[in-house]
Amino acid sequence: MRRIDPIRCGCLFALCLIVPALAASGSAEGGAGFHWLDVPLLRNQNTRWVVLSTALLGVASGIIGSFLLLRKRSLMGDALSHATLPGIGIAFGLMVAMGGEGKWLPGLLLGATISGVIGLLVMLAIQRTTRLRDDVSMGLVLSVFFGLGVAVLGVVQRLPNAAGLEDFIYGKPASIVEADFVMTQWLAAVVAVLAVVLFKEFKLLCFDDGFAASQGWPVLALDILLLGMVTAVTVIGLQSVGLILIIAFLITPPAAARFWTNDLLVMMVLSGVIGGISGWLGSAVSALAPRLPAGAVIVVVAAVIFLLSMFLAPRRGVLGRWLRHRRLRRKIGRQHVLRGAYEILEAGHAVPDNRPFSRRELAEKRTWTSRGLERILRRERRTGHLEMLPGSRLRLTEEGFGEAARITRNHRLWEMYLVTHADIAPSHVDRDADMVEHVLEADLVQRLETALRADGVWVPQPRSPHRI
Amino acid sequence: MSWSTFDTWIVVAGALCAVACALPGCFLVLRRMSMMGDAISHAVLPGLAAAFLLTGSRTSLVMFVGAAIVGVLTAVFTQWISRFGNVDRGAAMGIVFTTMFAVGLIMIVQAADRVDLDPGCVLYGALELTPLDTWRVAGLEFPRVVGVMAVITALNLGVIAILFKELRLSTFDPGLSDTLGFSSQLIHYLLMTMVAVTTVAAFEAVGSIIVIAMLIVPAATALLVTRRLVPMLVIACGAGVLAAAAGHWMAVAVPAWFGADATSSSGMMAVASGLIFALAWLFGPAGGLLAGIFHRPPDGRSITNNET
Repeated sequence: MRRIDPIRCGCLFALCLIVPALAASGSAEGGAGFHWLDVPLLRNQNTRWVVLSTALLGVASGIIGSFLLLRKRSLMGDALSHATLPGIGIAFGLMVAMGGEGKWLPGLLLGATISGVIGLLVMLAIQRTTRLRDDVSMGLVLSVFFGLGVAVLGVVQRLPNAAGLEDFIYGKPASIVEADFVMTQWLAAVVAVLAVVLFKEFKLLCFDDGFAASQGWPVLALDILLLGMVTAVTVIGLQSVGLILIIAFLITPPAAARFWTNDLLVMMVLSGVIGGISGWLGSAVSALAPRLPAGAVIVVVAAVIFLLSMFLAPRRGVLGRWLRHRRLRRKIGRQHVLRGAYEILEAGHAVPDNRPFSRRELAEKRTWTSRGLERILRRERRTGHLEMLPGSRLRLTEEGFGEAARITRNHRLWEMYLVTHADIAPSHVDRDADMVEHVLEADLVQRLETALRADGVWVPQPRSPHRI
Repeated sequence: MSWSTFDTWIVVAGALCAVACALPGCFLVLRRMSMMGDAISHAVLPGLAAAFLLTGSRTSLVMFVGAAIVGVLTAVFTQWISRFGNVDRGAAMGIVFTTMFAVGLIMIVQAADRVDLDPGCVLYGALELTPLDTWRVAGLEFPRVVGVMAVITALNLGVIAILFKELRLSTFDPGLSDTLGFSSQLIHYLLMTMVAVTTVAAFEAVGSIIVIAMLIVPAATALLVTRRLVPMLVIACGAGVLAAAAGHWMAVAVPAWFGADATSSSGMMAVASGLIFALAWLFGPAGGLLAGIFHRPPDGRSITNNET
């Protein structure tokens, strides 16, 4: 078992606190005129806390969101953020009833946390005691709690000094001050350290919670801790990006990071970085351009990063997968043509020789559309495997003939293997072999040969296509 | 409290809305897409804004068409992202609706001089004001909302009645549905269109919170009580109607205990549906918590006892 090194964790924690503080303490050169670069570089007094806090919030929610995404509970943030609304309303009402001013931020946030945690517990209870699925429990808590919140707000909004409570729904980043920044900083540090300290446990929870439970891990406690962190991120995010848009912070960066890697640790870091960049860029743009609400711009920036990742990521991206698929499709088409040609050449000849054959003969070998076949043939001519002769006749080049012989032999090897080792009837083996032969590599071919030779089966090497 | 025709109309509007939502809601819950109502009701914001900016009118038909189109687009985009990008459907839904909402918010703020659209009004709705806006058809005077919701309810009922077999098949076994020639994709989009149209019509009338609640909660309640589809639909509608009536009563009565005026009826209707769910959860015949406590299946020890 990996031991948790307290010194290293302490260093990480300190790092999380120091880096943003250093960024914040950079000299603020106000006064001598306004330059647009001052905002993203944190040199502008007015916007620095906003930009820093939203970026840090993006980091924290990106880290937590990775676990949520892999647990297929991305919308948990949605449910929890809606579930905080009654707490805000009730806390406000209570504070006014006790003669307070009402809009005391820590009190409101405490109320939000309490009702968020209650919503969370109800959700887990529904998931564990009924046969309703996760999505139902989330939707249920979301709608009922939000309904309660609307009803409570309907009552308390008539109290004096209640204007601005709805800011929690849409967020008001411009109101962020240094105290909010410090709170976000601590949140991000705690989240980062917990994610690293409990990385193994959360990983197990994400990929196989049944196994985790059978190994004796406290699954329920870990679940509550994870979702408690989500609640914390949501509550802190409420006032900066708003109840609805904090959801995007929890979902979009991890989903974007997922395209680039298959490693949870890398994904977590990447997701934090993407969240941070969206928060930083989004709030900077919104501070510079007139009338662009920061929460909305941040979401759009994150969505753009997501779309770019979805299309451009090399392994899991749409474009990369499409290219790989096309390459495989072309390879299969080429092998079919060459094998078809070889089978024509060897029919009725003890030793196949490379003579011209008609296009019709080839077309009858397989169900090709004439357009598709034409396309493959033209590609083969370009690679130098095939010559087109007048009168719609074709001939393989020496190189093409060699390649065709090799492909045909691979096919037969695989067929023989299926017949002798997998008990597939010789009359059916052609298609089954067809599904695998295109991905045969040289060493696999060798192993097939050895296995078959052990059984006394030998597929003869076709005659060499050229004079030696 | 004194009950007036005013209150009756509010309950009727809420009940019609509940039925209109509960019918497609049952299929959403069974298809594990409960969050779709929430997603669509947030995502239609750019549709509303675009319809207004393009036509400059706030007539409800234009807004309705704009929102319904964007609602269906939400479902389409979600499907694309989850299929082509291999992304979990919940996450795809979240990405799509938050982005659309953000775009809508930007559009509204950018055009703030010309647009008199309050996002809060879209979310909360104004169920209490519905009886003031009336239609007169064939000598009968009734609130416009009641007319709209009656049409939507009838439409949903009709579609579900006509395509009941296909909906059931593609919900429980999409693979079999495809091989039998009923495209599960097509039925999926049909259901999504139904949800989008219902959501948009209802929140224009009564606010989106009641829609999100009525799509999920009555259906979940019914699923705890029965395991059969037709009874589930009937029970969900019943629970929805009950929630509408109880919710309006609570909206008037509960704040009065604290000496306050009546609060949002649509919010309280969502709360009432949650309370009905809690009852089914505690006392439900098969899966209820109490049933589980009092009617425990034989545990391991008694089985070994029996065997020895």
